[in-house]
Amino acid sequence: MRLKQLSVFLENCQGQLEKVCRLIADAGVNLETITIAETKDYGILRAIVDKPDEATAALKSGGFFAKEIEVLAVEVDDKPGALLKILEKTSEAGLNIEYMYALTRPFDKKPVMVMSFKDIGLAESLLQ
Amino acid sequence: MAQNWNDLNGNFHPASAADFLPREQLRDLQSQRLVELVKLAYKVPLHKSRMDEMGVKPSDIKSIDDISKLPFTQKSDLRDTYPYGLFAVDSSEIVRLHASSGTTGKPIVVGYTEEDMRVWHESVMRCLLMYGIRRGDFMQVCYGYGLFTGGMGLHGGSEMLGCTVIPASGGNTERQLMIMRDFGTTAIACTPSYFIHMIEESQKYGVDMKKLPLRFGVFGAEPWSEQMRMFMQKNTNIKAFDIYGLSEIAGPGVGGECCEQNGLHIFEDNFYPEIVDPDTGEVLPDGEEGELVITTLAKRAMPILRYRTHDITSIIPVPCKCGRTMRRIRRIGRRSDDMFIIRGVNVFPSQIEVALMRVEECTPNYRIILEREKDLDTVTVEVEVQSQCYSDSVAALDTLRKKIQASIFNIVNIRIDVRIVQPNKLPRSDGKAKRVIDNRKI
Repeated sequence: MRLKQLSVFLENCQGQLEKVCRLIADAGVNLETITIAETKDYGILRAIVDKPDEATAALKSGGFFAKEIEVLAVEVDDKPGALLKILEKTSEAGLNIEYMYALTRPFDKKPVMVMSFKDIGLAESLLQ
Repeated sequence: MAQNWNDLNGNFHPASAADFLPREQLRDLQSQRLVELVKLAYKVPLHKSRMDEMGVKPSDIKSIDDISKLPFTQKSDLRDTYPYGLFAVDSSEIVRLHASSGTTGKPIVVGYTEEDMRVWHESVMRCLLMYGIRRGDFMQVCYGYGLFTGGMGLHGGSEMLGCTVIPASGGNTERQLMIMRDFGTTAIACTPSYFIHMIEESQKYGVDMKKLPLRFGVFGAEPWSEQMRMFMQKNTNIKAFDIYGLSEIAGPGVGGECCEQNGLHIFEDNFYPEIVDPDTGEVLPDGEEGELVITTLAKRAMPILRYRTHDITSIIPVPCKCGRTMRRIRRIGRRSDDMFIIRGVNVFPSQIEVALMRVEECTPNYRIILEREKDLDTVTVEVEVQSQCYSDSVAALDTLRKKIQASIFNIVNIRIDVRIVQPNKLPRSDGKAKRVIDNRKI
């Protein structure tokens, strides 16, 4: 299924993440999963939340640049080689995974990977 | 002759007559004024002692050609004689005082007689006339009012012209935009960086800059680039004009652009320009680049001989198409004292700005941070990029960062660190944008 992921540009300095989390908390939004891709100067925070629209609005009003990005949530069987099977499919179709992370609290107790594709439609039809 | 006054639309204002003085007549006027100025300046102890040191007597100055015999005046001279040491008339004749903000140490104070005020306001008015601003225009002055000459100078000149003046002063962007829309502002005067800030904010406050009757922008008090002009003219319906001035000489109105937007005419009948080698002080011929030096030919309260402006420019050696005989200087891109040296290379903030503006994704909001690590100077350029560029992809941001870095490298030939910062992080100013943050402990 498609999920709305929150992407936030953060400068890589002390206190930034705290500010973001405070804005999200004050808006009454619950964080499901949070991950950060970092470079020397800045990072991109990616999060799955229960109310993405509210979170985006709260972050924007707090001076942050937040975007909602559509990503694909893919269920993976809880056994060896399960992720590999999925990757074989995407490779064969010529799809590149831009980035990927695991959802902290999987639905239906099966592990769920969150994946980003340039062509999300194609990936969706392939994997679900 | 009307075809020469192509920016006047047939509405020739008497105050503009001096702009078209034949050169010989202008020279005679300059010579007369210089002779009188030097007599007056000789009453001021500092000028007298400098002239005595050089063995120059007021009677040695017979024409404008003798100006190079006179000593220079530096900004430090104004500081050292704070507050009234350079005044040449009795305080009963002084009707106005202004002062510079004084970022380094003591401020400087300048005084005006009634006649000085008239000359100043008339110079501002002549600038406005060059831009095409007329009686009937609504002029919103968003320069700071107070000791800074920007607000009061534009105010006085606009009022003298017969504009409907809106003394909005600086700050409170939401209110500025509301006034602009509701009062029907047709001309605005402010720093270019502040106007860009207004453009950026206008959407947030629901003001469509393209639907306003605003047609003229009068921008000065800080150097600005052609790229900034394009940005302002693209996002609004204004024609953006440069105005030049400095408190030490009068304030805004020392010179300005005409409709050609190709260099700034200096009102030479009141302010005599020279270009000198910044290191040796030697006068350079028209066309060569150097430091602008100005003599106040018509000022009485505080006559200033050959003031070193630290602004780097050149006098354009050909007459302007508009028909004015007042010589033009190229737009000021850099100052001799803004320059910093990194790994042996001279770098001017304006070069960084040009490099940034060549990258489409960059906004005009940037600053340059100088630091010193273990005796090695480092520069970091912080820049805000267009909002759509804050993408979800680290790779895309990194590619953009490298693109900006390459653009800077192309111009200054050294590798400078670039840091993309959050939107609206960099401080916006109502006055002069502070582009260079020098954290070096020297």
